[in-house]
Amino acid sequence: MTTDTALRPAPAPGSTPGAGARPRSRLSGGTATGLGAAVLYLSLIVLIPLALVVWRSADHGPGYFWRAVTTPDAWAALTLTIGASVIVALINLVMGTLIAWVLVRDRFPGKAVVDTVIDLPFALPTIVAGLVLLALYGPESPLGINLAYSRAGVMLALLFVTLPFVVRTVQPVLLELDADMEQAAASLGAGPFQIFRRIILPNLVPAMLSGTALAFTRSIAEFGSTVLISGNLPFKTQVAAVNIFSQIEGDNTTGAAAISTVLLVVALVALISLDLLQRWGNRRG
Amino acid sequence: MAIEVRDVNKSFGTTPVLREVSVDVASGSLTALLGPSGGGKSTLLRVIAGLEQPDTGTVRISGVDATRLSPQRRNVGFVFQHYAAFKHLSVFRNVAFGLEIRKRPKDEIRKRVMELLELVHLEKMADRYPSQLSGGQRQRMALARALAVEPEVLLLDEPFGALDAQVRKELRTWLRRLHDEVHVTTVFVTHDQEEAIEVADTIVVLANGEVVQVGSPADVYDNPANPFVMRFLGPVTEIGGSLVRPHDIEISVDPIEGGTPATVSRVVRLGFEVRVEVEVGGQEAWVQVTREFADRLGLEPGDAVVVRPAPGARSLALSAV
Amino acid sequence: MAKYALRALALVYLLFLLVLPVALIVWRTFGDGFGPFAEALTSPSALHAFQVTLTVAVWAVVANTLFGIGVSILLVRHSFPGKRLLNAFIDLPMAVSPVVVGLALILVYGRFAPVGGLLESWGIQVIFSTPGMVLATVFVSLPLVVRAVVPVLEELGDEQEQAAHTLGASRFQAFLRITLPGIRWALGYGVVLCLARSLGEYGAVAVVSGRLVDQTQTLTLFVEERFQNFDQPAAFAAATALALIAVVTLLLTKLLRPKD
Repeated sequence: MTTDTALRPAPAPGSTPGAGARPRSRLSGGTATGLGAAVLYLSLIVLIPLALVVWRSADHGPGYFWRAVTTPDAWAALTLTIGASVIVALINLVMGTLIAWVLVRDRFPGKAVVDTVIDLPFALPTIVAGLVLLALYGPESPLGINLAYSRAGVMLALLFVTLPFVVRTVQPVLLELDADMEQAAASLGAGPFQIFRRIILPNLVPAMLSGTALAFTRSIAEFGSTVLISGNLPFKTQVAAVNIFSQIEGDNTTGAAAISTVLLVVALVALISLDLLQRWGNRRG
Repeated sequence: MAIEVRDVNKSFGTTPVLREVSVDVASGSLTALLGPSGGGKSTLLRVIAGLEQPDTGTVRISGVDATRLSPQRRNVGFVFQHYAAFKHLSVFRNVAFGLEIRKRPKDEIRKRVMELLELVHLEKMADRYPSQLSGGQRQRMALARALAVEPEVLLLDEPFGALDAQVRKELRTWLRRLHDEVHVTTVFVTHDQEEAIEVADTIVVLANGEVVQVGSPADVYDNPANPFVMRFLGPVTEIGGSLVRPHDIEISVDPIEGGTPATVSRVVRLGFEVRVEVEVGGQEAWVQVTREFADRLGLEPGDAVVVRPAPGARSLALSAV
Repeated sequence: MAKYALRALALVYLLFLLVLPVALIVWRTFGDGFGPFAEALTSPSALHAFQVTLTVAVWAVVANTLFGIGVSILLVRHSFPGKRLLNAFIDLPMAVSPVVVGLALILVYGRFAPVGGLLESWGIQVIFSTPGMVLATVFVSLPLVVRAVVPVLEELGDEQEQAAHTLGASRFQAFLRITLPGIRWALGYGVVLCLARSLGEYGAVAVVSGRLVDQTQTLTLFVEERFQNFDQPAAFAAATALALIAVVTLLLTKLLRPKD
């Protein structure tokens, strides 16, 4: 895309007809039709419905919005969701980086299988993810560990569905990392831990952070995997998405829209900070 | 005229790449668009092919106004610098592409493609894929593909740019011979003056988006329109405020009429030719002589000599520009 | 030493979080042989759920594939004002909770919403019916084809297409003969991801379908409903079937993934 725009900068607006004929005729021909169709599709399915959620949440004024968000059960669900997501994101930061490290730097039989299995949470339907976790860590646990209807169970489900994010963002960066740099550091007298801290880690940080941010946004939005294992107990295990779901079932769409808007805003803030972070990282190197 | 380009202007954003360019290409000729990179020569070729639209001006191909025609309808053969081989198609299918688009009968396609593959010496490679070919072979395949549709004109963008020196030289001679056989009007872009002089029968020199000079290779070399063309087409040196070709300078140990005194600073033997570096009036210059001549004079650094442009030699006064 | 400790830690984490739970379900499902599994999945409700799932997924995949190819070409080959914005909007569904997707669609296409009401008066029911489920599935799987195709299209460049044009090919011919073969693996990858996501979508579909047993119940809804009704064998069997689909998807994407 960058080369494309670099090669064909858009004509200056207001250029005489004929002068900017080529880019302009492109836009008025196939491009315009295609663009129109794409925008229509996107609008009908994504943009207008989402805008309406935000609109509905503000329908009865800011006071109503605030009350809807701060009803005890909604507030409990929101704080649980955000709190659990922060913890889950941090665990992912550590474990995801560790797994990526093992997959890139270590060799052992069956590594290819492990590498494939990492993506399973992306491929597995969330309801199935919840069900399998409940089977192992529920009331009938063969291990004797019962996390059903507990916050630990909710976190377990969130950890399951967010596992690939950090691994899959850190892994390629680690693969690309120049071995020369480490050898140069070693030749300058750095020990293994110093090499990791001073050479490898700074190079991984942008990928680690972006994986963590993605895991966080996924976590606050998660629904399916938590439905079965959380038992949907308000004030205890009910996450925000489940709370929205019960409000929709109870025909309280305005309340549901208010909490949805909070979730959307939190997700967007996370993604925008990620974008800013990446740009800052790109500028540095 | 096979191609008539008239008053073409083209800008990318605010950067002008072609300014008031007018070029005529005679039917059956082999024309080189020569110039430094960024001079606009590739853009001009793409304008002729219809891959770029000029902002103003017209392009006529075989007498027909083609300015608003899409590349699809211009019937030009275009060979891309990096060949643009269809990676998923065999060599045969690559060459057959244009004919398949034109819905020619199967056996006619087969016959024509095999003829062309023979012409470019790829008949044994018909079933291979582009990734299995060398750079030179891909170049020849691209050429056969462009020729298959019997184009009115054949356009080649830096045809030898991506090849190594040896293959480049071979392909040059081969392209010249191919043109003598096929006679299709051909225009190619190059930044290599030796290539242009060796292969083309007409050279169009482009610099900063403008046509600087048009002529036969000998013409452009011997009667350069300005110092830029003179410098671009071959070695030059400066004596007495004029640009002269180093092989057009006489050097003598005895006084000669119209000669300027100089001091030899270095003598470099480059095989057959000898490069004598001299100091004339506080400026560095150099003279190209044969080994035999240099041996006869027995020049050493520090020797006093006299230099002057050879009678009849072309020189350009720098002050005039 | 540290090497083995890290390896052990990584593998134990994956074992307890991922491998054991999935393996246990498969083991529970096939514990009494293949018979009960087949029986549970051939009940009328299960078969109907299969059929609904497939219908919804096929529509969603077709829509998103067409959209995905078109938008990829727009983003890579054309320039227009607002390109960056469009590019950002494509990724929006990734940041939206499936439940919010469902709510958003209800607010537009529900019976009491203006658009939904209008469509209803024309006899088209969207929410609590197949069109709504297709819309929800399209929403959640929207970026997958685009994101698979865009990098490959960029990599491919437009020289081959230009060459095809100079040889007389129209835009459409160049697309069919040059562009499409060039992106076929990436497209396959994107379509498989999109299909897997469509077959497995739960949250958004749960909201817009109304979860009407034997009517709008997809396979994922069937799993949940059977489990809540204490029919563990059926829930496990359907979950295992979905897990198998996931594994097949995984292997397929492994095969199709663009290698560099």
